[in-house]
This record gives sequence, C-alpha cells and structure tokens, in this order.
Amino acid sequence: MTAENFQLNNDSSLRHFLTVEGLDRRLLIQILDTAKSFIGVGEREIKKVPLLRGKTVVNLFFESSTRTRTTFEIAAKRLSADVINLPMKRLSTSKGETVLDTVKNLEAMHTDLFVVRDSFSGAAYLIAQNVPKHVSIINAGDGRHAHPTQAMLDMFTIREHRPAFEDLTVVIVGDILHSRVARSQIHALNILGVSEVRVIAPKTLLPTEVERLGVHVYTDMRKGLEGVDVIIMLRLQLERMQGSLIASEQEYFNLYGLTPEKLQYANPDALVMHPGPINRGLEISSEVADGPQSLILDQVTNGIAVRMSIMAMLMGGQASRRLEK
Amino acid sequence: MRRQLLTYLPSSPLLIGIHTGGAWLAERLHHSLEFTEPLGTLDITFYRDDFTRIGLNPQVKASHLPIHIDDRHIILIDDVLHTGRTTRAAMNVLFDYGRPKSIVLAVLVERDGRELPIQPDVVGKHLKLGPHQQVKLNGPEQLSLNILEERTP
Repeated sequence: MTAENFQLNNDSSLRHFLTVEGLDRRLLIQILDTAKSFIGVGEREIKKVPLLRGKTVVNLFFESSTRTRTTFEIAAKRLSADVINLPMKRLSTSKGETVLDTVKNLEAMHTDLFVVRDSFSGAAYLIAQNVPKHVSIINAGDGRHAHPTQAMLDMFTIREHRPAFEDLTVVIVGDILHSRVARSQIHALNILGVSEVRVIAPKTLLPTEVERLGVHVYTDMRKGLEGVDVIIMLRLQLERMQGSLIASEQEYFNLYGLTPEKLQYANPDALVMHPGPINRGLEISSEVADGPQSLILDQVTNGIAVRMSIMAMLMGGQASRRLEK
Repeated sequence: MRRQLLTYLPSSPLLIGIHTGGAWLAERLHHSLEFTEPLGTLDITFYRDDFTRIGLNPQVKASHLPIHIDDRHIILIDDVLHTGRTTRAAMNVLFDYGRPKSIVLAVLVERDGRELPIQPDVVGKHLKLGPHQQVKLNGPEQLSLNILEERTP
C-alpha cells in the first residue's frame, strides 16, 4: 500500500498526514478552509479551543528544529491538547528497531498523535505503519521526501492574497535537490490547479527528471521570473551539501539570490515567500525579505492555524476508528 | 419575535447569530430592527461535544465578533432550539471572547427534546415534533422553515 492511500480512512477523511502527494483537491481545500477559521482563534483574548481536550500529542523530533517544533507545540496547545516534546537521536535503519520500541512505549501511555521529523526519508511512514488504528501521525519533515504541513501553510498564505489558484504562475527558486519543502509544494500547487509551476535552480541543485513532478525548469533566474505571481525562495541547505554543488556563495547570490533588481522581472505585485530560516545575502537580500512584497512572517503565523486544522481533522472521529476492526 | 426583541433595545445589546441558520436570522433582525451596533456571528464547531464521535464539520465558518463583548448585553440568536447543546457550546465560545454582562437566547423555533437545562427568552414559534422529525431553516436569500421526516432505519 502506498503512503498516499495509507493516510486516509475508509470514508476518505484524513488518518495520517504524511505527504500531499495523492490527496485530492477537496481535502486540501478543507484543510485550508478549516485553517481559516482557526486564524480567528489566535487573535482572541483566549487563544484556545477545547477541541483536543484530553488528547496527548508527542513531538518526536529526530532532527532538531526549534521553529517547526514550536509551531506544532503552540498549535496543539491552542487546541487544548497536552504536548510532550521528545528530542531524539537520529532514527537510522540500524536503530529503527529501538525507535519503534520507543513509539510503542509512548503509545502505551495513550498518546493520540505523533508529530515526527527525521532526516531519514520515510521515517513518519515507518512509524505510521506500526501504530494502532486510533493513533495518527503527522510528518513534520522526512529527509528529502516531504514536508506537507509547510507546503499547506504556504498554500494558505498564497490563498489569503490570491484566492484563485487557477490564475497563478508560481515559481520555486533555489536548492530543489535537497528540499522536501519544494517537493511537497509542487504536489500541492498542482493538485490545487495553479496555472503553471516553475522551478529555478542551477543544474547541480535540481533532482534528475524534476520535470516529471509537473514543473517547467529554468536555470536563468530573470527568464524564470517573467510573469510570475508568487516567488517561493528556498533555503540553501549547506549542511546537507556534500561536495561542491555551488561554485561560491557570492556567485550563487549573483545568479540566484532574490534582489530588488531581479524582483522587477516578476509581475509588479508578486508575492515573496520563504519557509525560513533565511540566509540573508545568500538566497535573498534583506531589502526583499523585509520589503512590502514579503509574506515571510505571515507564513509563520499561518503555520499555527494550518497545523491546528490538520491536527483537528486527524483527531475527529478518532473514537469511531478505535472501534474499527 | 421582533416585538419581543424590541423590549431589550434600551440596553443596546449586541446581536450575535449562530452559524448557519441563526446567522441568517440575526442578519434579518438586525436589518429590520434597525440595530446600530455591529452584528456578530459564531461558529460553534470547535466547541461541539460530539467531536470525538463524528469529527470536524467540513464546512467550518469563521466566528466574527466585531467588537469587545466585555460588559455588553448580548442577544444570542439561533434558528431552532432542540437539545440545547448548540446553545451550551455557543455560550462557551462567547466566554472565550470575554465576559458579557448578560445573554438572552432568542430562537425562531422552540421544539421539545431538551437534554440540557436551557430555555429561550424570545421565541418565534413553538413546534410539537416527533423524535423522528427535524426542522430546518433554509436560506440565505429566502428564509423558509422545513420539516423533514427522518426515516427510521
């Protein structure tokens, strides 16, 4: 069974959220619509709703990430769930056995939802295969494979400013090769029916056969930016790079860094996004990152509402799942 | 219903409708009573007591309270009062926005079948319905009440 089918219940509601790939438009729109109503909760005096009262959420992070972990933690707490953060040693195949033991132990403590991040592609899927039916898994990033909640918060942010996906040309710029975010974004954009998805990157930072994901490839940034409505910059993942994939940071910035000059090639009011953390002066200049077209901080705020939406959808109907054979 | 609501006007209350039928109704009343205070709407999805059983309503609407409700008199409006569970949830939502001075409940239809100690202050119509009958307000352009027979399985 593939990860895509595996993450749905019999009534095609969400059971796990491991990848955007294979989900239908209706479900993605439901995530975005539900997130929209959670935005209001964050603006109230009391920023909490009782939806997940009594549920236990465990953040299982085998790869450290303060930002992502924090937004998941805030999201769960605003839903009134109890949250436990477990920073773990890396989940490697050799240690896979002991990790599943850990998961089984936590499950014995009646955990309802695990949020999993690992540098190993397929980590969340592995854990999802080994938990009982009423337990749900959210993939908070696995290796180079997927980062579906980040992709959904980006879709949410785009939709807040440009409600009609079908009219949009969206470009993703930078280190596509190492980016699980880019993969999830490309799937989400295509499922939501944007008019065109482009990627801009040097050849060394493009996965082989990237066109098969449904994108148009550009290596010249100015050409690739022409006529685009949304620009998603990616972080250059220097820590994942082995060997010399870029000549020098200065040359990379000259060719692929988003500067006010290059921004002029895009449509006049094009949106600028970045999943963070930003390498200022490497993939984006401070003038653009802090400029009027930048939505980088909106993305952070929206991330909480989108994660609340996904957690709520997963936990709805959990009791009936417990009764399933 | 309009006439009964008029008696509350001197305290300059806020009209707040519960999605979806109550919000339509509140909008009508707000207009026809020429209320000057802004109109509010509430979605109670995140406060329902059957979430773990039936999950999330796929059509969640956003709650919209345009001004602070602290120390304000509130008229909570719904289309049908049946078990009282929706009203319970709506009051919990309100208290997460602030501390109102008072809340009165106004409903278009009151039917029997209460499961909680909740009674309306303003009622458009009392209906006697069987346990397998449902009454529903359709809208939003033309508001009409419909009684549905639930087939017994």
